[in-house]
Amino acid sequence: MRRSRFPLYTVMGLVLFLYIPLVIVMANSFNLSRYGGQWGGFTLKWYSKLFSDRTIWYAFRNSLIIAFSSTATSMVLGTTAAIALYRFKTRFQNLHRLFIHLPLVMPDILVGISLLLFFVALKVKLGLFTIFLAHVTFCISYVAMVVLGRLQDFNYAVIEAAMDLGASWFTAVRRVMIPMLAPGIMAGGLLAFTLSIDDFVITFFVSGPGSATLPLYIYSMIRHGSPMVINALTGIFLVFTFSVVILSKKLLEEK
Amino acid sequence: MINRLKQRIPELLISLPTMAWLTALFVIPTAIIIIIAFKTGDPYGGIGKEWTLENFPELLNPVYRAIIVRTVVLSILTTVICLMLGVPAGYCLARSEKRTRDMLLLLIIVPFWINFLIRIFAWKVVLHPEGFVKNFLLLIGIADENTLLLYRPGTVLLVMVYTYIPFAVLPIYAAAERFDFSLLDAAQDLGAGWFSSFTRVFLPGIRQGIVTAILVVFIPALGSYVIPDIVGGPGGEMIGNKIAQKTFIDRNLPQASVLSSMLIFAVMAPMMLSLFMRRKKNHERGMMIG
Repeated sequence: MRRSRFPLYTVMGLVLFLYIPLVIVMANSFNLSRYGGQWGGFTLKWYSKLFSDRTIWYAFRNSLIIAFSSTATSMVLGTTAAIALYRFKTRFQNLHRLFIHLPLVMPDILVGISLLLFFVALKVKLGLFTIFLAHVTFCISYVAMVVLGRLQDFNYAVIEAAMDLGASWFTAVRRVMIPMLAPGIMAGGLLAFTLSIDDFVITFFVSGPGSATLPLYIYSMIRHGSPMVINALTGIFLVFTFSVVILSKKLLEEK
Repeated sequence: MINRLKQRIPELLISLPTMAWLTALFVIPTAIIIIIAFKTGDPYGGIGKEWTLENFPELLNPVYRAIIVRTVVLSILTTVICLMLGVPAGYCLARSEKRTRDMLLLLIIVPFWINFLIRIFAWKVVLHPEGFVKNFLLLIGIADENTLLLYRPGTVLLVMVYTYIPFAVLPIYAAAERFDFSLLDAAQDLGAGWFSSFTRVFLPGIRQGIVTAILVVFIPALGSYVIPDIVGGPGGEMIGNKIAQKTFIDRNLPQASVLSSMLIFAVMAPMMLSLFMRRKKNHERGMMIG
């Protein structure tokens, strides 16, 4: 069959399009002159600046605290929601399903503003705790969707068998269903972690003094000041991400 | 009655935690926004006691109108461009050999794991007045010293396509992977050209993927805030920026809430429409089988 080469060129163009800006920024992180209009000579100055910046490490620590705590909480809540939606087909579950779906389409800025107004009205002090509450709220839906996807191929007869053998429904769910769902729960948790650690908009609205996360700190650097340090940070992000990807690929191949 | 309630205890026990959490931290806060849209403001940036409908006509104000039109146009253009790139890309991915395909998919997904702000910032560096692209354009004589590459609606469009394109490629690829490509051969044996077999057999075959791609690009695009904030400037503002400005700078919560409520309905409408269409289709299918 005669095939057009056009789709292949599109994909290759797409990959170039995705990487060119990142590679330019990374190359620029070794550049002595700002903004890379000219090449001012090779330097590691920006990297040493980055590593000696204590605020950035503090922000990174905040990001990790939030990401781990909200991932763990949303894994529990998302899994219970998915099991409820899978198991029970009642009117109440239709409402439950709607509640789970709505946060997926709500723009971040609206989630952020509505939570801000809510916390202010209740006089809750803005800080790490409010960020945690906000992150769990948007992560639950993603975990629930991933686990629900995994439940599509789940054979409920297994639970019935366990119950015939004397297990109560809760025991059967806990000892049989949860272990079988584990890969789905882990995948949902991984997604939640990625979303949490990357979130800027919602965090921006519900954060308080001293609770800046890494994205918030990056934003303030973009706005007021040290672009060259962000170049260095981009370099680290790129190298780190690719190392993780290549390493995990190697490990999987060895298996 | 009590017995029926007892039977439902397991269901309630595992549904109530999420129901309670989402009611408190999602439904009520959203309702607050919609309620404030019908309230008067007070001079201190708070909410007045009276109810009013007068916040809504403000939307017809030419300043708002320009921003609303810009938001809709930019979101539609982003979606169209993402589809024009995403469909051929999904087709190519589905037809490549496994090794090439895995490699390409990985390359498309990896930028996702790099912080969102950093990806936007990268364009700010690339398009900076003293940056690489500007110097190149000066060199080949397309631009002059005063050409501005940043802070215009076109820049917002470029960066939106850049951020949303993987969201479009993945569902289209997932649909194309399930597509039976021998149908294309059949169409061509029956005399269809490459183009007409592509548009009349392949595109309808991956319809569901295309619908998903439209939803996951168009809806977040409508609510964009950070992209126009960083690369847009005053000429590239979108509804999201106006909402933030009304909340933090002008301290006019009723106005911010009116804009927010409008955005809420704008993003709900396409989702409701797609749910409704799917239900109707299932219903028709049910009738055919029954």
